[in-house]
Amino acid sequence: MNKDVSIKVCMGTGGIAAGGVGVIASFEKAFASANIRATVEKNCSVHKVGCRGFCARDVLVDVIVDGAKSTYEYIKPDMVERIVSEHIVGGSPVGDWLVKDDYHTFHDKQVKVVLSDCGEVDPEDIDSYISRGGYEAAKKVLETMSPQETIDVITASGLRGRGGAGFPTGTKWNMAIKAPGPKKYLICNADEGDPGAFMDRSVVEGNPHAVIEGMLIGAYAIAAPYGYVYIRAEYPLAVERLHLAIKQAKERGFLGKNILGKGFDFNIKVKLGAGAFVCGEETALIASIEGKRGQPRAKPPFPVQKGLWGYPTIINNVETLANVPYIMRKGAAWYAAMGTEKSKGTKVFALTGKILNSGLIEVPMGIPLREVIYDIGGGIEGGKKLKAVQTGGPSGGCIPASIVDTTLDYESLGKVGSIMGSGGMVVLDETDCMVNVAKYFLQFTQSESCGKCVPCRIGTKRLLEILTRITEGKGREGDLDLLETLSSDVKTSSLCGLGQSAPNPVLSTIKYYRDEYEAHIFEKRCPAGVCKDLLSYGILEEFCKGCTACTRVCPAGAIIGEKKKPHKIIQDICIKCGACFETCKFKAIKKG
Amino acid sequence: MEKKLAGILTRYRENEGNLISILQDIEHEFGFLREDAINWVSEQLDIPPAKFFGIATFYAQFHLKPKGKNVITACCGTACHVKGSERLINSLVKELNIPDGDDTSEDLKYTVEKVNCVGACSIAPVIIVNKTVHGKVTPDKLKKEMKNLKEEKHEYTDYI
Repeated sequence: MNKDVSIKVCMGTGGIAAGGVGVIASFEKAFASANIRATVEKNCSVHKVGCRGFCARDVLVDVIVDGAKSTYEYIKPDMVERIVSEHIVGGSPVGDWLVKDDYHTFHDKQVKVVLSDCGEVDPEDIDSYISRGGYEAAKKVLETMSPQETIDVITASGLRGRGGAGFPTGTKWNMAIKAPGPKKYLICNADEGDPGAFMDRSVVEGNPHAVIEGMLIGAYAIAAPYGYVYIRAEYPLAVERLHLAIKQAKERGFLGKNILGKGFDFNIKVKLGAGAFVCGEETALIASIEGKRGQPRAKPPFPVQKGLWGYPTIINNVETLANVPYIMRKGAAWYAAMGTEKSKGTKVFALTGKILNSGLIEVPMGIPLREVIYDIGGGIEGGKKLKAVQTGGPSGGCIPASIVDTTLDYESLGKVGSIMGSGGMVVLDETDCMVNVAKYFLQFTQSESCGKCVPCRIGTKRLLEILTRITEGKGREGDLDLLETLSSDVKTSSLCGLGQSAPNPVLSTIKYYRDEYEAHIFEKRCPAGVCKDLLSYGILEEFCKGCTACTRVCPAGAIIGEKKKPHKIIQDICIKCGACFETCKFKAIKKG
Repeated sequence: MEKKLAGILTRYRENEGNLISILQDIEHEFGFLREDAINWVSEQLDIPPAKFFGIATFYAQFHLKPKGKNVITACCGTACHVKGSERLINSLVKELNIPDGDDTSEDLKYTVEKVNCVGACSIAPVIIVNKTVHGKVTPDKLKKEMKNLKEEKHEYTDYI
């Protein structure tokens, strides 16, 4: 028997956390053992691939025998032996462990462009990318197209900045090509700071060469000989794979001097961010690369006029650049055919929170949110009710369940008071308190405010103070008006995008959940049962069986009572952690 | 110390580095930003120490105090937050005797760090124990992990 066997194991951060390293080792060990080698002979290969999106089911393993692919979910190292003996040697897949129908519904409505090679190519092997058509676009561009022609294709494709603001990429590049001077920079912004977002991490981890190829094409188009990737130090795996990919691209002549013999030089350096959200802002990012405190400055001059070290600089997001090779390969018309009139192509989202199928998804622009939540996402975890979807992270807003038919494109999201953002999408259910969510984001923006301008530095602090007192039951009449006025002041007078968008979570939650704010302020009650100071736990004697389960989990020792007799919570000691509430099988703990 | 710092300075000059990369190297070398190290570098480069400390206090990555032997990183991203990361952090702080307002235990054994988001939201809530990522952490799972850590049964891995 001489079978062609290829194993692909998800080795994104999710896959590794779920035990991907052990799974790979088990396959390698199994293939090394003599009797397997005798049956399947030499054509066995085990590959690590990047994120396949469905992180909730990790470790995901593809077993491809003579071209026939089967995908397994939740694989642990000790399950490998059976897969090898029954499927690879025996020829019949292990039915119980294969992915179920929902794996397919998760993928059915997705359209993959940026992620098309993620989870298929080995991110640590340039040949793997080349064998799927990688670097063909760069060759085509450098060998047959002028810089202006290249930019025209991007303009025609309608590609807009995927970092959040949605500025047309073609327009940006056009400004750069016209900027004078021999020295220009192209920066790839991989400082993915939004909490609840991991699109850029997955792309760099899963397919770093697409980002490099996109940068090469962009640099050629605007005639920039120098490139930087500004990436978060919190993404060590992505950094490692990026370094490796740059090295490989250099060896193959896709980076360095006289690329493809066309007389064009381009080099990429990697700069590690040092942990500041504001450095996602263009001018702050530039200051950080220059080694300074990452504080933004007033614009104009825009970076395209005066950027890194004073030279014209273009900053594009990871996802934007990763789109470029695919657009150049398949044409502007192909890309522009996807999406809506003003928002073309696809968008990658990190679908997380209280959703059943959480993971990384890529959908055509203009898809209704409902389809993302219920078809791709499989609905809400634990059969609970959808309350809201938060998009755009700390700069974005909440979309309530009542308008879940909103479509996902720059314009529609802006209309309902949220933003597209970089692609974080956190699903909230009925047990989430919207005041608490707004407070969470303000805590974030307040601590990440760089402190340079007064409206943001002091405004976010005051907003947070008001929200905090509301969640502590000390809200006053007039607080809502004050929040709204202050929010609009901070929005209009802050220096950079951080301050200008920081009040969005407050404004959008007040807009849709005013009654919830009012319940906190006037009735001193948290309807979702989240805000600790407005909560108390008690035991319903008629349901309590005296099983002592709650006494054992209570970290404060606040629950007393004899076995088989109703227990009691001592309110003075109770820290309101909710452990008893979750443990009780008899619903004998009341929260309110 | 001076030998190590001289090496850092050579790298800085060769690679057209900047003050942030010097600080990153010092932090990497010593585990935190030693005041004497910064003063030495500042003298060599004739750049005031205030400039270094200005940068060091601006970025979350830098530490001016030594970290514990075991570093436990708790993700505070949105997905982790709505899935109960706060409770996990509270129990970490209590379990490992981290003093109020500090992040490292007095015996320098444990540091509990909060980070904004590690980008592993689909397996929230996430706790990273000495570079090993743990997903879908429950209070029970955390307790077991802490017990292993205290008994030094913890495996040190370097994947992430």
